[in-house]
Amino acid sequence: MGEMQIRPLTLNFGPQHPAAHGVLRLVLEMDGEVIDRADPHVGLLHRGTEKLIENKTYLQALPYFDRLDYVSPMNQEHAWALAIEKALQIEVPKRAQHIRVLYCEIGRILNHLLNLTTFAIDVGAMTPLLWGFEERETLMEFYERASGARLHAAYFRPGGVHQDLPDGLTDDILKWADKFPAFIDDLETLLTNNRIFKQRTVDIGVMSVEEALDLGMTGPCLRATGYAWDLRKSQPYDCYAEMDFDVPIGTTGDCYARYLVRVEEMKQSLRIIRQAIETMPEGPVLAENNKVTPPRRGDMKHSMEALIHHFKLYTEGFHVPAGDSYTAVEAPKGEFGVYLVSDGSNKPYRARLRAPGYYFMAAVDYLSRGHMLADSVAIIGSLDIVFGEIDR
Amino acid sequence: MIIEQWLIDLAWIVVKILAVVGPLLIAVAYLTLAERRVIGFMQLRKGPNVVGPFGMFQPFADALKLMAKETILPAGADKVVFILAPMLTFILALVAWAVIPFDAGLVLADINVGILYLFAISSLGVYGVIMAGWASNSKYAFLGALRSAAQMVSYEVSMGLVIINVLICVGSLNLSDIIEAQRGMWFALPLFPMFVVFFISTLAETNRAPFDLPEGESELVAGYFVEYSSMSFALFFLGEYANMILMSAMTTVLFLGGWLPPFDFAPFTWIPGPIWFILKIMLCLFVFLWVRATTPRYRYDQLMRLGWKIFLPFSLIYVVLTAGFLMAFDKLPGIGG
Repeated sequence: MGEMQIRPLTLNFGPQHPAAHGVLRLVLEMDGEVIDRADPHVGLLHRGTEKLIENKTYLQALPYFDRLDYVSPMNQEHAWALAIEKALQIEVPKRAQHIRVLYCEIGRILNHLLNLTTFAIDVGAMTPLLWGFEERETLMEFYERASGARLHAAYFRPGGVHQDLPDGLTDDILKWADKFPAFIDDLETLLTNNRIFKQRTVDIGVMSVEEALDLGMTGPCLRATGYAWDLRKSQPYDCYAEMDFDVPIGTTGDCYARYLVRVEEMKQSLRIIRQAIETMPEGPVLAENNKVTPPRRGDMKHSMEALIHHFKLYTEGFHVPAGDSYTAVEAPKGEFGVYLVSDGSNKPYRARLRAPGYYFMAAVDYLSRGHMLADSVAIIGSLDIVFGEIDR
Repeated sequence: MIIEQWLIDLAWIVVKILAVVGPLLIAVAYLTLAERRVIGFMQLRKGPNVVGPFGMFQPFADALKLMAKETILPAGADKVVFILAPMLTFILALVAWAVIPFDAGLVLADINVGILYLFAISSLGVYGVIMAGWASNSKYAFLGALRSAAQMVSYEVSMGLVIINVLICVGSLNLSDIIEAQRGMWFALPLFPMFVVFFISTLAETNRAPFDLPEGESELVAGYFVEYSSMSFALFFLGEYANMILMSAMTTVLFLGGWLPPFDFAPFTWIPGPIWFILKIMLCLFVFLWVRATTPRYRYDQLMRLGWKIFLPFSLIYVVLTAGFLMAFDKLPGIGG
């Protein structure tokens, strides 16, 4: 008998798979239970966001950002608002900055809650998910009270935020912030020292700092390798420079380290939330520049100029001077960037979005080679992949 | 006259079998409800509570739904084996109950190798799984079946050694004798480590969390029964839950003193044996559910390592210890007696 070519077992993992977050599709070439090659497929949730943005005014493009990473909508809006503010060179009032930071951190907790608990269910522990959703519900209510929507908030504006916070909301957030550490402790009793959880995550999907940088990792995945890189610290935007918080880093760069970093980040976010509320000044929440931001409702009743401004803003929109800029924020998943090219018109010429999850997807193959099928699920869970932003 | 006697005997046997199987199936139905309710409360939600008072009719609604569905035979499946597999699983889960004693003398077949019979039947259960995985002609089902086969074989071995521990102490393979031998003290106390090993092995044997790899929801979708639908799916489901009850009964018989009350005096002895038996089974089942709500899932190789490298040597050493102890103090049953 001559040499025989043995064909590896090809397993189609997803897109309809309980552990495939969203519409992830992996084509796995396997040797028994061991993965030889993982081929991630993208594009199943492609909506053409970048192209759509080119055909919308700057303000109309904003809600698309909610729909990218739908787990932490306001963090994406933040990047867009900052990009436009940079191009227009407008100042954001202090109070608006605090509100934006407050909601970005709420978004971070929303995101990490979902990620940690779905990660847990990926490795088989189902209770954290249901506990986590209870907390997420509270947080979404805060979203709703500020913006009117639980998920697709469209709350941030170039120059500030849409409306001031309703009365009593900050008190409720503080009350929640007092109770939340107890929830984190509960979550940790189920997972952090759980032997099975550790067996499933420690030394799985290990990256060194160099590898993580080569793979384009950002956010908790990069910090878990021990590289303290956080845009909130390294190039602070809005009022992050005034906030006192630590950047947790891991040492091992495995799934467990990514888990621990996220848990610690939730605690740090809580610190920022407290500070943002306690140091929040009174004042306007939107820049008083009616070429960019709408006039007050009351002014429109008796000022012709205000009425014209309003009309122009909501039909033609504002013009952004020609030029290009790259603006990045530390979204919960990593660096979310907007490369904005404007040609001086009322619509962006091109908006290229850098979604952190896209680079995580690219790393799935590298990380899961040689691991078992069950590990690939843990790796995907720990990388924090959301397809809204990957496929855009 | 002779033929009539023969008929009456047969009818009597059928009645006895129905008296075991009927309540068992109802117990299975309510175990599914109990699971959803108990885990629901552990997860800060309510679980099914709409159909009937406290959701009591939910299992029947589910059964009705499953029966009304279409049985799908995958095009690539081996049809005969595909249909046979769930039947086998279900039948084996019921057949084992023949030897379980509910009270002194209250048993279908009081055979003197009861524990061997139980062990043999529970080992056969793996065939249903392998057949299902193979016949489905699906990669997920196939991987699930392979995992299941490997898992069941590894845990059978340590379970067997645990049972030997008990047998050394009793000196009989008859289940009623095993229970009677625990009149002074349940074996759960002197053989506590073995009790734990046995219980964990039963979790693996029934493919329950944290050993639910064969169905590993997040990896293999549903594992070996991914292609099944309708009643054939329901048979797997019923078989799994009947097995859970069976394994709890086995734990009760071997370690928790079967129908015996916890203390051999007044208020406890008033309650009849079968009630104690059922209460103990329910306790075991609760732990089954509790574990499911708490633990993550083992990985395939970790599960094998636990079975072969930890449980097997440990129970082997314990056999030697138990035997040595009984020999040293001259308490070995059946010798010189």
